[in-house]
Amino acid sequence: MKQFRNMAYPYIVWSVIMIVLPMLMILMYAFTQKGNDVLTFRFTIENFLKFFSDPIFLDVLRRSLWVALLTTVLCLLLGYPIAYIISQTSGRKKILLVMLITIPMWINMLVRTYAWVGILQDKGLINTLLGYIGIGPLPLIYTDFAVVLGMVYNFIPFMILQIYTSLSKMDKSYLEAASDLGANKVESFIKITLPLSLPGVISGITLVFLPAVSSFFIPKMLGGGQYVLIGNVIESQFLTSGNWNFGSAISLIMAIIIMISMYITKKVDKTGQKEGGR
Amino acid sequence: MKQSKKILSKLYMALVLAFFYLPILYTVVFSFNSGRSLTRFDGFSLRWYEKMFNDSSMMSAIFYTIAIAVLATIISTIVGTIAAIGLSNSKKVVRGIMEQVNNLPIMNPEIVTAIGLLMFFSMLGIRKGFTTMLLAHVMFCIPYVMLSVMPKLRSLDPNLADAALDLGATPWQALVKVIVPQIMPGIISGALIAFTMSFDDFIISYFVTGNGVNNISILVYTMSKRVNPSINALSTLIILMITIILVVVNVVPIIKEQREKKKKRAQLQEEA
Repeated sequence: MKQFRNMAYPYIVWSVIMIVLPMLMILMYAFTQKGNDVLTFRFTIENFLKFFSDPIFLDVLRRSLWVALLTTVLCLLLGYPIAYIISQTSGRKKILLVMLITIPMWINMLVRTYAWVGILQDKGLINTLLGYIGIGPLPLIYTDFAVVLGMVYNFIPFMILQIYTSLSKMDKSYLEAASDLGANKVESFIKITLPLSLPGVISGITLVFLPAVSSFFIPKMLGGGQYVLIGNVIESQFLTSGNWNFGSAISLIMAIIIMISMYITKKVDKTGQKEGGR
Repeated sequence: MKQSKKILSKLYMALVLAFFYLPILYTVVFSFNSGRSLTRFDGFSLRWYEKMFNDSSMMSAIFYTIAIAVLATIISTIVGTIAAIGLSNSKKVVRGIMEQVNNLPIMNPEIVTAIGLLMFFSMLGIRKGFTTMLLAHVMFCIPYVMLSVMPKLRSLDPNLADAALDLGATPWQALVKVIVPQIMPGIISGALIAFTMSFDDFIISYFVTGNGVNNISILVYTMSKRVNPSINALSTLIILMITIILVVVNVVPIIKEQREKKKKRAQLQEEA
């Protein structure tokens, strides 16, 4: 079928232009200074120094990582039981539950996030309900709580579905063997189910951490105008202050941090699997 | 003990589902609110729908969203399928490299892809607007189409096309009459993914658009800075559209399957 090989060439050209070239432009801008054109191209690491020497930016970076980490941990702790419960059901009920988890993902994220603006207001649904039992009103909107809640709400389906997939691939006979050999339910969960679901946990962590660390509309909508995460800094560098060099450098820093954290999670996964195999 | 565990897990499931659907329900309910408030329901009215349909920026956003999603889906499905067929017959090295390149927009944070495209388009001097948004959407949709077509091609019998050629089919006929029908399920699911990715996209569109061309996501983002209940009306419209699409996509195959089962049963009975 070699005659079909030519069919790949147009796309190869397209992807070099539309995918690879823009990435190279980020690299180029990150390592140059404003005002340079191609002829006076000058290499510099000033953009990176500017970021790492400014306590404001470092603070933003720290907060972004903290919020993303908290979101990931919460998604894992809240999502794992759900994935487990679904994997224990069968037939129509299972299909229905998976569908119920999936449907919100198809609805526009902005639309779903905007709904929380009303719910979390001082006179909103949650504070009204709290008022009936004599609490509040609590400050909810435009706080760390609102931002983390918005992120967990948007990203937890990814975690649930990933863990569910790896749980449903599991061979049930392992559990039967464990119980035949005298393991109780808790033991067989820790020694068999948990290690076998680790690949799902790892990809779930990646799918939550990555958008959480780079998100900029959730902090803006639920954290208010003053709430700044690294995504917001990048946005303002490109759309308001117009410093593309600095903006490129920041996104490069972010991409590298994400790559490092993915590498670490994969490493943890490998050692975890080795131990699980024993 | 077991009973209480079951109740506990059911309760937890119900709580999480409530968490998932509460905001959606809230949006729908408040789209019918007669007052401006996002927190107090004053009575039923359709005034925000009326306002939405009379708001030219909302109508044009709906138009652009659908137009770009449809065009991006058609283009990326065709190009992605062709590229996938070509790559599945390419050398292993080329295929490996292209898989890595395709992974870039999937694995990169969207904001990184977005700023790359923004700088790229401005370097070329393309006017920001419909064209740039469409090009960007095609760019990030193709990898998803290829991801869903590739596995189908891999499970295809490589002798199939050769057999068609031996029997006198032209390469074009072999492609259209033999290969494409075999990988159709992958193409359809790829097209569906492409459509929803494009329809829901915010970050990339937000960075590459300009000159008043907005999609629904961008409109919701810019409008949400002030209280504006027509957003709820627009949201309800989107929720309704997506729900209908999902029901059709999920229920139609089930009905088809049942019909086929009935047919088979009828045939078996006839034979008996």
